[in-house]
Amino acid sequence: MANSTTLDKKRLALLEKLSQAMGVSGEEGEIRNIILEEIRPLGVDFKIDALGNLLVLKKGTGKIRHKVMLAAHMDEIGFMIAADDGEGLFRFEINGGIDVRQLPGKAVIVGKDHIPGVIGARPIHLTSSSERKDKIPLNSLRIDVGPGSNKIKRGDRATFATHFQRVGPSIIGKALDDRLGVAVLIELLKQPYPDIDLQVAFTVQEETGLRGARVAAFSFKPDLAFVVDSTPAYDLPSWDDEENISYNCHLGAGPAIYISDGATLSDPRLIRLLVNTAEKEGFSYQFRQPGGGGTDAGSIHKQGSGIPSVSISIPGRYAHTAVGMARISDFNDTIFLLKATLQSIPPDFLAQERK
Amino acid sequence: MIKTLIQKLTETYSPSGYENDIRQVIRAEIESLVDDIRVDALGNLIARKGSNGKNGKRIMLAGHMDEIGLITTHIDPNGFIRFSGIGGIYPHTLYSGRVRFLNGVTGVIGCERIIDINKTLPVGHLFIDVGATNTRDCPIKIGEVAAFDRPFFDMGKRLVGKAMDDRIGCAVMIEALRTLKDSPHDIYFVFTTQEEVGLRGAVTSAYGIDPEIGISLDVTATGDTPKARKMDVSLGQGPAIKIKDGGMLSDVRVVDWMIHTAQKGRIPFQREVLEGGTTDATAIQLTRSGVPAGCISIPCRYIHSPSEMVDTDDVINATKLLVALLSNPISLK
Amino acid sequence: MSDILPFLKELISAPGLSGNETPISTIIQNEWQQLVDEVSVSRLGSLHGLRHGCLAAPRPSILVATHMDAIGLMITGIQSGFLRFTDIGGVDPRVLPGQQVWVYASGPKADKQSPIPGWIVQPPAALLPEEFENKVVPIENLYIDIGLTPERVQQFVQVGDIVSFAQCPIELVGETLSGHSLDNRAAVAALTICLQELQFIRHAWDIWAVATVQEEEGLVGAYTSTFQIRPTLAIVIDTTWAKGPGSEEWNTFPLAKGPTLMWGPNFHPKLHKGLKDMAEKMEISHAVEITGRHSGTDAFATQVIAEGIPTMAIGIPIRYMHTPVEIVAIKDIQRTGRLLAGFIASLTIDFMNTIVLDS
Repeated sequence: MANSTTLDKKRLALLEKLSQAMGVSGEEGEIRNIILEEIRPLGVDFKIDALGNLLVLKKGTGKIRHKVMLAAHMDEIGFMIAADDGEGLFRFEINGGIDVRQLPGKAVIVGKDHIPGVIGARPIHLTSSSERKDKIPLNSLRIDVGPGSNKIKRGDRATFATHFQRVGPSIIGKALDDRLGVAVLIELLKQPYPDIDLQVAFTVQEETGLRGARVAAFSFKPDLAFVVDSTPAYDLPSWDDEENISYNCHLGAGPAIYISDGATLSDPRLIRLLVNTAEKEGFSYQFRQPGGGGTDAGSIHKQGSGIPSVSISIPGRYAHTAVGMARISDFNDTIFLLKATLQSIPPDFLAQERK
Repeated sequence: MIKTLIQKLTETYSPSGYENDIRQVIRAEIESLVDDIRVDALGNLIARKGSNGKNGKRIMLAGHMDEIGLITTHIDPNGFIRFSGIGGIYPHTLYSGRVRFLNGVTGVIGCERIIDINKTLPVGHLFIDVGATNTRDCPIKIGEVAAFDRPFFDMGKRLVGKAMDDRIGCAVMIEALRTLKDSPHDIYFVFTTQEEVGLRGAVTSAYGIDPEIGISLDVTATGDTPKARKMDVSLGQGPAIKIKDGGMLSDVRVVDWMIHTAQKGRIPFQREVLEGGTTDATAIQLTRSGVPAGCISIPCRYIHSPSEMVDTDDVINATKLLVALLSNPISLK
Repeated sequence: MSDILPFLKELISAPGLSGNETPISTIIQNEWQQLVDEVSVSRLGSLHGLRHGCLAAPRPSILVATHMDAIGLMITGIQSGFLRFTDIGGVDPRVLPGQQVWVYASGPKADKQSPIPGWIVQPPAALLPEEFENKVVPIENLYIDIGLTPERVQQFVQVGDIVSFAQCPIELVGETLSGHSLDNRAAVAALTICLQELQFIRHAWDIWAVATVQEEEGLVGAYTSTFQIRPTLAIVIDTTWAKGPGSEEWNTFPLAKGPTLMWGPNFHPKLHKGLKDMAEKMEISHAVEITGRHSGTDAFATQVIAEGIPTMAIGIPIRYMHTPVEIVAIKDIQRTGRLLAGFIASLTIDFMNTIVLDS
């Protein structure tokens, strides 16, 4: 990848496939299969554990090797069919955090066959203007697939029907959180790392409580961990033109390194390693504002006797809506930085004190 | 000089339905410049200039002569006058203001006791004090009308006065009439009545003329004051070519023609989408079998207050644009 | 009867917002050209298709109006590369966050032949006034993000640019179709079916098939086209509310059980009866829809033109009206087209005498 803002057809096609596949927490099979198709030709060892995590091992060749875990989650936020109301109308639950104001008027896809449906809303003509100020509660919304359907069952998953697109410097699609992270890990698996045993976990159920990562870390027992996720960029103008002081991170400013979030205080040695590598190579990076949220690192760092961890994410606007937006340059820059970092972990890295 | 004209127009008192005085003032300005002039049943002043040359079109220009005002509803035993509004009157612009009745009497607007200083009292809790002490010595009766009483003020570049809405539009039309040299078109300069109460003058005058193109000249709001409602129009950036407002969508062919003409003549202009509010063009568009219509707006701050503010260069450029539009053949695509 | 689905999908994939109906008008004209004798365009862009009847002139005429404009959005400003917008026609802000749209950009670098994609986005809570915490965010606080840097945005987009919804048509179960602009392109499709049916049936009266402009912003096309044409009768086809989630029981109609025949002060009672009798005769299932005052359709205009014109309206039920995921049953469109054709074919030279209101 010569130029940070370009993305070749093959990589774009993979991102499209990953974004449009359905993998709501608890049913990540479609994603797992796409990843397997990509990694089988690499001749690496892999297994699928009891929760559905895809655990991949790429051993190094050097004498002294660190065991380094990388994690990205395969699951996305979405819906689950809860009851059949007849006439093609279904009640549904939300899994993961979705603002209910993002739901009305959207097209969705349901089940393994991706059956099309819509989430409608009471027409504007039949609502009073005060009613229109209140959000429509979840139990008033239905997924409508048209009358007479018999293919949809309770328990089927559903997601927004967003079409992945590339527009200028940006890519738009659903589930960029965290299919972008998944794509980064697939890329990194293709590179050589003689001095580390690379343990790559494509995890399940991050959105419902960082659950897959917990057991994956226990299986791997790594020395270090890097988690690659997508973090929200709230870099929009303020309604009254005041300075935006809670932007979290900016689109186009490079991968966002976490110092602290709601679940993890990143290991300072790992933060320094990333920053020093970036400065040395002249790569873009930024810091994600300390604050809430959480990544798989939240479970990983507390496993066993503790695992030094850091998260590094691709900025994405409008997370957990039908429309995620990221910059191609941020995706590429994340790969550059991680590859260079993984290839330059000093053998005495863990001898440093954690500070 | 146009400032003298604007002063004369804004310092005339003529609320909707009572446009006599302003009609006489305007008539005196334009009578010698037009081919014929008449007044219709609703009081519209209709002045025609030109005749259909090759590619000539019958064009109706509309600027409304009326202004918002107050109308007396009751005189109380102590001589205080209760009133309601004519057109869009906002109570917060009335407190302690001065008004002038058509018969020349001036008065001050007072209000009942203010219990919550942060809440504006509605019009029904206000009254006019003309210095009377009882119903008998009060020089005003039920039904008499008044307008804001504020002198015109020249700040240099900015001009302030009451009734810039829409005396400024009338001024632009009069200036255009004065400076227009040749035109292939049959142009009706219509100074309409009762716009502020529902575009009524425009409805009837347009039906009578049945134009091929309609253009209104009116004010539009700006978004350039502190914490204003967001709008991309500012004072001093040129006349605004209206694309949409609260009542109509300008005909896209007319908008393109206006933009093209402005660009060709290097006349500064702005693109206008106004949320809330409309002009005579809405009524013209609906006439008979329909009339492609648009509007040239003069940006104005503090609309419907006694101190409306416009920019002299915007007025001059609006006039230039109007003259450029009228001077050449038109083909709307 | 030919399959209307491809034409219907074409109709709801083309833009044609109020005031900017040229793209949809072109599509309709191409189809109607073969079905009528003369096509013309009104001063404001309404499409008029005239099919001559077989009586000697002067013949009475019936105007059938379907509005071709759709609701949408318009750019009002650009702020740090994000687009501010307002609505054209009544757009519910509750369905906007996360919608894909097409921006018909007209700036210096824009390709005026192809629109650019954009997404309506809701800013995070910290960037909004507190009063919207957990409440619906109004249109004036939403933005459209087109994925380009602020400098590039200025080169493409201008104030006044038109924006339409980008939701593609979706075929759902039960011969239903979902998409935006079914209000009122479903009616245009129904009128087209009527014209197709009449290719093979003699009719005495002239028919004016009119696709009106700007119904969503003031019934502008209906007032002006009716004045120009001065028909003897007018029938308006529009969409009405189908039963579905969020709708009351009492003023909504089941999908796929037929169109509605409207009844109320806006409609001539004997013309209503004429259509009802024909529906029963043709065994076309239908319902009666009560409209108290404003019918919310072009019929409100046609009734009061000139000396007044006896007017009726037929409603095609759709779910989720004025959202990008409206749903219609194809059968209801076909029934409407057939009913109209049957009624028009039955009009005789003395029909007007039969509907005189009693003194």
